Amino acid sequence: MPSNLEIGLYVFMLATFVGLEVIRKVSPLLHTPLMSLTNAISAISVVGAILVISNEDATTLSKVLGFIAITAAVTNIVSGFLITDRMLKMFKKREEKR
Amino acid sequence: MDSLVSYIYIISGALFILSLKWMNSPVSARRGVFAGEAGMLLAIGGTLIGHHHNWEWILAAFFIGSAIGVPIAYIMPMTAVPQRTAMSHACGALAAALVGTAEFYQRQPRADSELSGFVMVALIIETLLGFLTVTGSLMAMGKLQEILPSRPMTYKNQNLINAVLFTIAILLGVRLIMVPTDTVLFPIFAGLSLVFGVLLLLPIGGADMPTVIALLNSYAGLSACAMGFVLNNHLLVIAGALDGSSGLILSIIMCKAMNRSFTNVLFGAFGQIQASVTRTEQRAYRSASAEEAAAVLEAASSVIIVPGYGLAVAQAQHKIRELFDSLMKRGIDVKFAIHPVAGRMPGHMNVLLAEADIPYDRLVEMDDINGEFPQCDVALVIGANDVTNPAARSDKTSPIYGMPILDVDRARTVMVIKRSMSPGFAGIDNDLYYMDKTLMLFGDAKAFVGEIVKELPARVGA
Repeated sequence: MPSNLEIGLYVFMLATFVGLEVIRKVSPLLHTPLMSLTNAISAISVVGAILVISNEDATTLSKVLGFIAITAAVTNIVSGFLITDRMLKMFKKREEKR
Repeated sequence: MDSLVSYIYIISGALFILSLKWMNSPVSARRGVFAGEAGMLLAIGGTLIGHHHNWEWILAAFFIGSAIGVPIAYIMPMTAVPQRTAMSHACGALAAALVGTAEFYQRQPRADSELSGFVMVALIIETLLGFLTVTGSLMAMGKLQEILPSRPMTYKNQNLINAVLFTIAILLGVRLIMVPTDTVLFPIFAGLSLVFGVLLLLPIGGADMPTVIALLNSYAGLSACAMGFVLNNHLLVIAGALDGSSGLILSIIMCKAMNRSFTNVLFGAFGQIQASVTRTEQRAYRSASAEEAAAVLEAASSVIIVPGYGLAVAQAQHKIRELFDSLMKRGIDVKFAIHPVAGRMPGHMNVLLAEADIPYDRLVEMDDINGEFPQCDVALVIGANDVTNPAARSDKTSPIYGMPILDVDRARTVMVIKRSMSPGFAGIDNDLYYMDKTLMLFGDAKAFVGEIVKELPARVGA
């Protein structure tokens, strides 16, 4: 059986290649919304922060750090997705105008 | 229960990949955002299943985060998007770095070798990248918001000092990996990472921002990815790797568009060196009024507008839309030529022009539009400078030699809206301004375009 580390490295390698291929196809027109979208997605660290804070024997330090981390990550998630959508709504073709 | 959470995470990971895939076209992009949101909701929901401790802390943090995030998303003007992006790199990195710190102190005291070997390596990478991205992004934000001077700040032996500091941080990290019980070293290590983030951004100037923002994006992602290894959570690894590769690709595109290498961007302090080049002679140029400019535009059958950062500064995008509409109504073909590094972040110009309701099929990338300049009657440059400088093609001694540029000089007539004759960010004189077919239009971009628009209808009645 491969160890956790090995599986993790496989996942990392595959995800990186998928990422490189997918991102390469993104139109340069949308590079700004792309960056705010990936920003929101990288706020997935909220999962780590929840795990830290909800640990049964979390110390006060862990709770405080986890609290700040969740706040920061949720700020990113909320503002990241909303502003990406706000930007994308503005991209219109001629015939769709008004 | 655990396997349920695993399945939820797998779906969530797939949604993130789809989300980025759908960004390949403006038609499907909004679906991409929806997929991303769904993936995130599943990830959070899945994590909350089976974790029943300290709910009040989690709820409070969610509430505060949303209360900050919603106004940011709706109030932030589009011209401030680069600053917001830098700020959210800082937030994301902060979350990763703090989780790493919490994990370190939480797990370390048990000394049952749970926090050893590769997990500790991942934790050190997570916190190093996390903390340096926090301060680095805050510096970038300060420079973009012009709270800090946007010119590069350099001092003697800068690179040497940075290298020494970084080496010390790495050595401390290695020591912590080998002896995790040396907890006293951790705050020093974290502090050095924070300081290094500041030092790394000091010599970065405004024109380098697109590359650096993309690079910080990549770091924030890799930090989250390393966290995935610490927590043995594959969803974190996937999402972090996607973000990391996205930032990497964008920074490579930006570097290519400036014909520079990563190291040159990070350690070159481009603007500063060039600013010291003094111009020796006064050269002759032609200037024109708004009325004359309107006459030239009206006589044209095709116009290419070249926007740059100056457009964002002057907030001229809505006035430019009026000009666009007015010219299109007269049957004049108007396109926009977008250089990859125009503005302060990748894609900056596209978002501004889209905000002003200019259809995106009129925004044309550099490689696609360069062939059209020779057939174009008027090229109107608004707030762009170095990306139009023909010296990049012809003058081997020029610091920007080799940089891909928009071939504005090949248009039949060139008009440049500019505040004054002062050189652009790189401090390099632009030969474009002294050509016989070039008309300089001096003034604020927004005001000048407004005047041109006013002149146009008057001429229709005449």
